[in-house]
Amino acid sequence: MTDLAQLVPYGEALSRYEPVIGLETHVELGTATKMFCGCPTTFGLEPNSAVCPVCLGLPGSLPVANRAAIEFTIRIGLALNCSIASWCRFARKNYFYPDMPKDFQISQYDEPLCTDGWLDVEVDGRAFRVGIERVHLEEDTGKSLHMGGATGRIHGADYSLVDYNRAGIPLVEVVTKPVAGTGVLAPEAARAYVTELRDLLRCLGVSDVRMEEGSLRCDVNTSLAPRDAADWGTRTETKNVNSLRSVERAVRFEIARQAAVLDAGQKVVQETRHFHEDSGSTTGGRSKEEAQDYRYFPEPDLVPVAPARDWVEQIRASLPELPAARRARLQADWGLSGAEMTHLSNAGAVDLVSATVEAGASPAEARKWWLGELARRANESGAELSQLAITPAHVARVSVMVRAGTLNDQLARQVLEGVLAGEGDPDAVAEARGLAIVSDEGALAEAVDAAIAANPDVAAKVRDGKTAAAGALVGAVMKATRGRADAARARELILERLS
Amino acid sequence: MAADGAGMASELTRLTAAEIAAAVAAGDVSAVEVAQAHLDRIVAVEPDVRAFLHVAGIGALAAAEDVDRKRAAGEPLGPLAGVPLALKDVMTTTDMPTTCGSKILEGWRPPYDATVTRRLRDAGVVILGKTNMDEFAMGSSTENSAYGPSHNPWDLTRIPGGSSGGSSAAVAAYEAPLGVGTDTGGSIRQPAAVCGIVGMKPTYGGSSRYGLVAFASSLDTPGPLARTVLDAALLHEVMSGHDPRDSTSVDAPIPPVVAAARHAGVSGLRVGVVTEFSGGGSQSGVRARFTEAVELLESLGAKVVEVSCPHFSYALPAYYLIAPSECSSNLARFDAMRYGLRAGDDGTRSADEVMSLTREAGFGAEVKRRIMLGTYALSSGYYDAYYGKAQQVRTLITRDFDAAFEQVDVLVSPTTPTTAFPIGERADDPMAMYLADLFTIPSDLAGNAAISVPCGLAPEDGLPVGLQIMAPALADDRCYRVAAAVEAALQERWGGPLLAQARELGEQAGDGR
Amino acid sequence: MAVMSITRAEVAHLARLSRLALTDAELDHFAGQLDQIIGAVARVQEVAAEGIPPMTHAVPVVNVLRDDVVAGCLTPEQALSGAPATEQGRFRVPRILAED
Repeated sequence: MTDLAQLVPYGEALSRYEPVIGLETHVELGTATKMFCGCPTTFGLEPNSAVCPVCLGLPGSLPVANRAAIEFTIRIGLALNCSIASWCRFARKNYFYPDMPKDFQISQYDEPLCTDGWLDVEVDGRAFRVGIERVHLEEDTGKSLHMGGATGRIHGADYSLVDYNRAGIPLVEVVTKPVAGTGVLAPEAARAYVTELRDLLRCLGVSDVRMEEGSLRCDVNTSLAPRDAADWGTRTETKNVNSLRSVERAVRFEIARQAAVLDAGQKVVQETRHFHEDSGSTTGGRSKEEAQDYRYFPEPDLVPVAPARDWVEQIRASLPELPAARRARLQADWGLSGAEMTHLSNAGAVDLVSATVEAGASPAEARKWWLGELARRANESGAELSQLAITPAHVARVSVMVRAGTLNDQLARQVLEGVLAGEGDPDAVAEARGLAIVSDEGALAEAVDAAIAANPDVAAKVRDGKTAAAGALVGAVMKATRGRADAARARELILERLS
Repeated sequence: MAADGAGMASELTRLTAAEIAAAVAAGDVSAVEVAQAHLDRIVAVEPDVRAFLHVAGIGALAAAEDVDRKRAAGEPLGPLAGVPLALKDVMTTTDMPTTCGSKILEGWRPPYDATVTRRLRDAGVVILGKTNMDEFAMGSSTENSAYGPSHNPWDLTRIPGGSSGGSSAAVAAYEAPLGVGTDTGGSIRQPAAVCGIVGMKPTYGGSSRYGLVAFASSLDTPGPLARTVLDAALLHEVMSGHDPRDSTSVDAPIPPVVAAARHAGVSGLRVGVVTEFSGGGSQSGVRARFTEAVELLESLGAKVVEVSCPHFSYALPAYYLIAPSECSSNLARFDAMRYGLRAGDDGTRSADEVMSLTREAGFGAEVKRRIMLGTYALSSGYYDAYYGKAQQVRTLITRDFDAAFEQVDVLVSPTTPTTAFPIGERADDPMAMYLADLFTIPSDLAGNAAISVPCGLAPEDGLPVGLQIMAPALADDRCYRVAAAVEAALQERWGGPLLAQARELGEQAGDGR
Repeated sequence: MAVMSITRAEVAHLARLSRLALTDAELDHFAGQLDQIIGAVARVQEVAAEGIPPMTHAVPVVNVLRDDVVAGCLTPEQALSGAPATEQGRFRVPRILAED
């Protein structure tokens, strides 16, 4: 069924079928302590060192809800234009699993804290409004290492080792309504939504949203129906899609796979599927003999949460400027087109450019470096722009040096390289590497004369009026000065001498 | 049995908690002597009574020594410092195993103390050991303990009640003046009644559940067992109060229970007799003693009226949906992964299989029945008809109480429909067993306060009968005020405590083992 | 009982959901008892409860919340002290079948 040879080419699939997508995103909140106990949420501690009777589910222990986690959830709900419940309860979701200390998860069932909101995203200049079904709060599970077997995967393992440090960390689940009408842009729309949500969460300061550490995890629902069908198709749920790129790939793969299933006259099975980073494909889970019955019921160990109106309004008033509003403002301030702003946003460079401008660069200068040289460097090392070892202040300083004429673009690139290599700030790198434009007219004149003398053929051409040939002499001057010459001034001097 | 030279020591075990505390505080007796006297008593009678699952002799003597040291140093002592206590094995203790009467937790040593345990230690109470109980507090006889039943000191062939039957038997057998129990459907009051002692279920949330291994979270309430009303009140005050670790703990001062026990009186008090619980269905001797108790209250100046609580007759079915539902979830954690028994792990079986084999081997029949019943009641297709409906009935029962407490100050009923029944009689008849809690369940569902105080012996079997006094939530002191008045009047009539009418354990030799 | 409230097959299903590896004899025994108990507790359905709110908590309070302040943890030794098996500072558990 998932044989790659049987996939329908993506474009072809979309010519006959209409996709509907939906996303369930789990976000680990950045509170200091866990959801129901005072254990720290620090990542990477010694196994089972951040546990207590409560998050270890020891008999007799009881949960007490973390006020900050409730507040963070309300922040998220408000930023997603949701209604905030005036009264709601936690519920127990009952199922047996070794990484779940109590063999039930404290979650929210039919009374989520936030409901019915939206988030606007843009793909290729087209705006989509993604409806938000609900935002609710629950607790994370422990983490298992699968031992023996082939690849450390759960299938084929001999046994597992469980660390409960992660168990009980507050987890917010943001569930979208079904998103229809994206057509061929469905994969990009899914990615744009997760990107926008990530930026929003980061801006709200409620999570570090590191997909690579699992603090943001996605389940992607996809269904396909013939273009003329009245109803949506059967959806699959692809679990643990843990990078932005994977979100896009998972949707793309499922569309192609489901199209093949439908083309063959078969039915898409409603199931949970697993995404594989390496191949970009999904595979089905074991088919269930019986539907899961989680036997939800109100958590008797916790009392209801009834956020007072004035508390909610206080939280609303404390919300920062959200990414979309901020982008609109900056776009106007910087005089960019919509496409230029989207490009900046998709590159994850809005904050960086903004900070660089604040540090003294012009918007054009800041954009030029971040989207040019630095984007290239990030791309080469497979890192995000924000992960580069350079600060907006550094970039602003380089811009100022170029503007002042002490660096040209080529020298500036070398300075950036030095900063990225950890050689110090731009001034230190320029000094240590001797990177500054030769402003000594005498020295420049010497280099010009030497270049003319060394290239008599070229010089003759220039004398004959072929001024374009002067470029080669400028190049020679630059080479001789190791790029430190002011190229424009060198050209002037060459033309003066050969006129 | 204690004899001759041990005379003084045996007298120590007959003292009330209040008397022991006063004697220790005054330096008339050392806490170590008191502890040793009770440990000796335990050695003497445990072969018959089997109230304890674990006796912590060394720990108890160390705790007692600490009290004596503090007294010698002139440090302040709590109101129960140096008083021995029997702790139900459902409360976690770092220095003793906590088994809940189950094979699945055999030998488990928790890495933390329950709030109640900690408060007892902080108050200088000397914990003698952990007492037997129906497995995970599910039962009314201790017969559901994986470690065998405890025996009623009044008649060793009979049950001591349950689930806190180990604690009630220990207190009635003079192994300890105080016991801690937990009440979910009557598990403090019912064993107190059938053992002829006092048992109090505080208002839900009045005493902390942190470290109480949960059976039914929305019902479980720790409370005191004692031989006198005042002793129960003293223990109530020491073990209760707000606990930030329990979200359902009441953030209010403890009601003035000790003052109430010391200032007994019912003059002018309006007492309601619950119509639904005063008619048939009860043993004749229970009915007779209950009627006498009501007449006694009237003679003491109370104004007695009959009050109907029409939904009380649905309390038992509602309870047997709510409690099993919560238990099915609470007991899921006993899955062989992190603590407790692990069975069938041969290296090839999956975690799922090992869980199922462990739970099969580790749980007794009643626990399995209730887990399955609760799983059924919570299933998506049945939730509304069973669990949901039961929760609505719970509201209606609470409203019955509210309406009743507009007319009267307290409600009274027999604590149990019958006196202690013979061990084995209802062992595999769950429906018959469930009836033992018929009268106690409404207060668990509504969460209000209720106490059981001895009101005599049933003529037909010579076994104790309990009077239940129910008060509104947070009016726990009313229970004590009325119970102390009944206790005082009846003891005057009897010429001493009811327990004095029990045969000495040594004299029952051979009739119950 | 004329009408069975619950069948043996349903009891077997409940046992599976509850992770109880019941024997056949137990299944027979419990099926009869559960049928009787369910028949009895079904009496709650006689009560007219239209519009009556369900009562999930005995204490009518809301918003019992904790400040986000780190409190003491167990040591790894304490955490693992009751474990049937440990390895590398973790709880060793039998092989886990995938959740789905």
